[in-house]
Amino acid sequence: MFDVAIIGAGIVGAATAYELSRYNLNVVVLERENDVALGATKANSAVIHAGYDPSPGTLMAKLDVKSVAITKELCAKLDVPHKQCGAMVLALSDEEVEIVEFLYNQALENGVKDTHILSKEEVLHLEPNVSRDVAAALHAPTAMIVDPWEYTLALAETAMRNGVEIRFETEVTGITSTERGYKITVNAAETVETRILINAAGLYADDIHNMVAKPDFTISPAKGEYWLLDKSEGARVSCVLFQCPSKAGKGVLVTPTVHGNLLVGPGNIPAMDKDDVSTTADELKYVRDTAKKSVPEIDFSAVIRSFSGNRAQTEHSDFIIREAAPGFIDLAGIKSPGLSSAPAIAKMAATMISDCGVELQEKESFIDSRRRIRFNTLSPEQKAALIESDPLYGRVICRCETVTEGEIRDALLSPIPPRSVDAVKRRTNAGMGRCQGGFCGPRVLEILAKHYGIDRVDVLQDRAGTFVLTSKTKEFATTTTDKVSF
Amino acid sequence: MIQHTHYQLIVVGGGPAGMAAALAAWDEGLTRILVVERDFMLGGILNQCIHTGFGIEYFEEVLTGPEYAWRFVSMVHDTDIEVLTDTMVLSVSEDKTVHLAGKKAGFLVLTADSVVMATGCRERARGALGIAGTRPAGVITAGTAQRYVNIEGYMPGTRFVIIGSGDVGLIMARRMTLEGAKVLCVVEILPRPGGLLRNVVQCLYDFEIPLLLSHTVTDIRGRERVEEVIVSQVDGNRNAIPGTEQSFSCDTVLLSAGLIPENELLNAAGIGIESSKIQTSAPGIFVCGNALQVHDIVDNVTLEAQRAGIEAANFVGCL
Repeated sequence: MFDVAIIGAGIVGAATAYELSRYNLNVVVLERENDVALGATKANSAVIHAGYDPSPGTLMAKLDVKSVAITKELCAKLDVPHKQCGAMVLALSDEEVEIVEFLYNQALENGVKDTHILSKEEVLHLEPNVSRDVAAALHAPTAMIVDPWEYTLALAETAMRNGVEIRFETEVTGITSTERGYKITVNAAETVETRILINAAGLYADDIHNMVAKPDFTISPAKGEYWLLDKSEGARVSCVLFQCPSKAGKGVLVTPTVHGNLLVGPGNIPAMDKDDVSTTADELKYVRDTAKKSVPEIDFSAVIRSFSGNRAQTEHSDFIIREAAPGFIDLAGIKSPGLSSAPAIAKMAATMISDCGVELQEKESFIDSRRRIRFNTLSPEQKAALIESDPLYGRVICRCETVTEGEIRDALLSPIPPRSVDAVKRRTNAGMGRCQGGFCGPRVLEILAKHYGIDRVDVLQDRAGTFVLTSKTKEFATTTTDKVSF
Repeated sequence: MIQHTHYQLIVVGGGPAGMAAALAAWDEGLTRILVVERDFMLGGILNQCIHTGFGIEYFEEVLTGPEYAWRFVSMVHDTDIEVLTDTMVLSVSEDKTVHLAGKKAGFLVLTADSVVMATGCRERARGALGIAGTRPAGVITAGTAQRYVNIEGYMPGTRFVIIGSGDVGLIMARRMTLEGAKVLCVVEILPRPGGLLRNVVQCLYDFEIPLLLSHTVTDIRGRERVEEVIVSQVDGNRNAIPGTEQSFSCDTVLLSAGLIPENELLNAAGIGIESSKIQTSAPGIFVCGNALQVHDIVDNVTLEAQRAGIEAANFVGCL
């Protein structure tokens, strides 16, 4: 019997697990995928918004503004790549200056610190590659960029080191209420019992909600498509550049990433279904053309990847955070600014759990730090000392990002070891560079096979079923000729 | 403690270009030469090119890639040229200081009178092509597939659509067919094939693999693995023509749509390359082989690299 079960190991579930791991509670996280952060957390703008965007009085406004300072502190404590680079909302015509002024006033009302309006000259001084059409801009210096995967991973890992259990490939298939709480059926087989149940199921939060409470919201995923550009374009802008928001959302942004690349997106079209993260030629073109209105000189020949992610949009304009049934807490409809608001959502969840009558007693020894070795950030002296202490840090596996075998080994020995080639990428950056794993992919695959004692054909690219290889060579020729028609 | 050593010439890369440059410099009289190779053995990408067609011009013989490489490896072994394998060059600076790291070598800071960059090229990946669709497993560059099949002994798929008719893609169309897989077609956006005519004939025509010129892949579908690829005809501006879509049911997409010189170390050091010029903007630092310009045949890489080796030796001689 657990005190708390959390459904979902995205940023909201991970932040909640981390927050609850401070207390003497028996906590389990149930995740359908084979890794953390594989839903909406995986593909987004990776921005911690300052908080001028949501309407005053909403949960989004309160939780976002409250989270900005906490996120910065968390990232520093848990060794998460982040940069407080600030954000601008560009008015690209005289008419849009009004929107910028509106946002400025909204920022004041929401309690966002240090925002101000920049003149055309000031914008172009700070961001010389912005379009000459710019008339003014809102400047929000507290906005940050972050690595959303490592952020989620760091929170989840720290939660585990403090005693939280995380079960992967564990899909919730049924929930019944019991006298003492809830009985959860997972993978249509086993059961998990808990006093408190937290719904942090992201795009699937409506399905989970409907297993327990009266249906009163629906998640209609809204797809955002992105371009990721090579580091050669990474210095094109220095802060997050938004266009003026419209009904369609915050619009297309142009931003540096913490890894030094340039990210452009997202669009906004309805997804076919919750798992539909396909890109479309038309929408990618729209994103490219729209971004060029902000920064005309972006060199799209330097693109290294395009991708898309889904927003957990509901018919309600605000986040849905409430005790929907006794001891059943919805953390649902967490669209943008969800990544930004996660720490405050987690603290709110803890308060709600306490209100349910669960005593929150702080642990005597709470582990609240995390460090990992990043070879390519070290000085020559540090690199020399590191390789001398462990020669595996001398073997570079990913040449584009200079990731060593030692770092991959570290990831494999961490609390949440990578189960796939992409999971190694999310933890170490191997394969994230301009060749996109062309050179290091086979070597990472070999390392995974060796570590888990499995054949290479059983190694996954990413989630379950995504096998990279189909067979050994001569095996294929002899066993499958009957299946192939020539 | 960081070990410091000085060389007359450091060659970055132990493929055909690096070996030819080092040997030419040796023949010119340099005696302190180091070749640094990140892989476990010399030879570079030739080691996975087990097909024939190498050396027709240079040796006037038809060799496989490993045979061509081995001739140079033997020549290197007959000299006092030093070789460090399983070692990665991390940086090269304008003053010819080279940082490198290896599991056995440790972290080294070396200086040299001259440097030859022979770092080869990389393949254009899916992202750079901007192909829309889902992102399942089973989309792989032709060279990576070649490594899996020829070096590691694994098949990356059973039914293939190949995008781009570059030489690696053509060679792999034949290779996969010989291994028992089905290659449905090779799709080329241009009205003419990208690779050598002899490869079009020997790798596609001889095996009755369709070559779809003026066509492009407009959608990749599939959840876990690739399931389907949509191919459309393109107009003169390379835009897909609506209504010409054909569907191919396959589990793998091979990409052979261009090779890009790898000059990241020079870029990072702010050292410039002028088109087709062996001499970089930094005196005493040279670049050759596919790192300078992508060559159709390795024989030409060898000849260009020999010139780089001679120029390096002349530069050192002039010091």
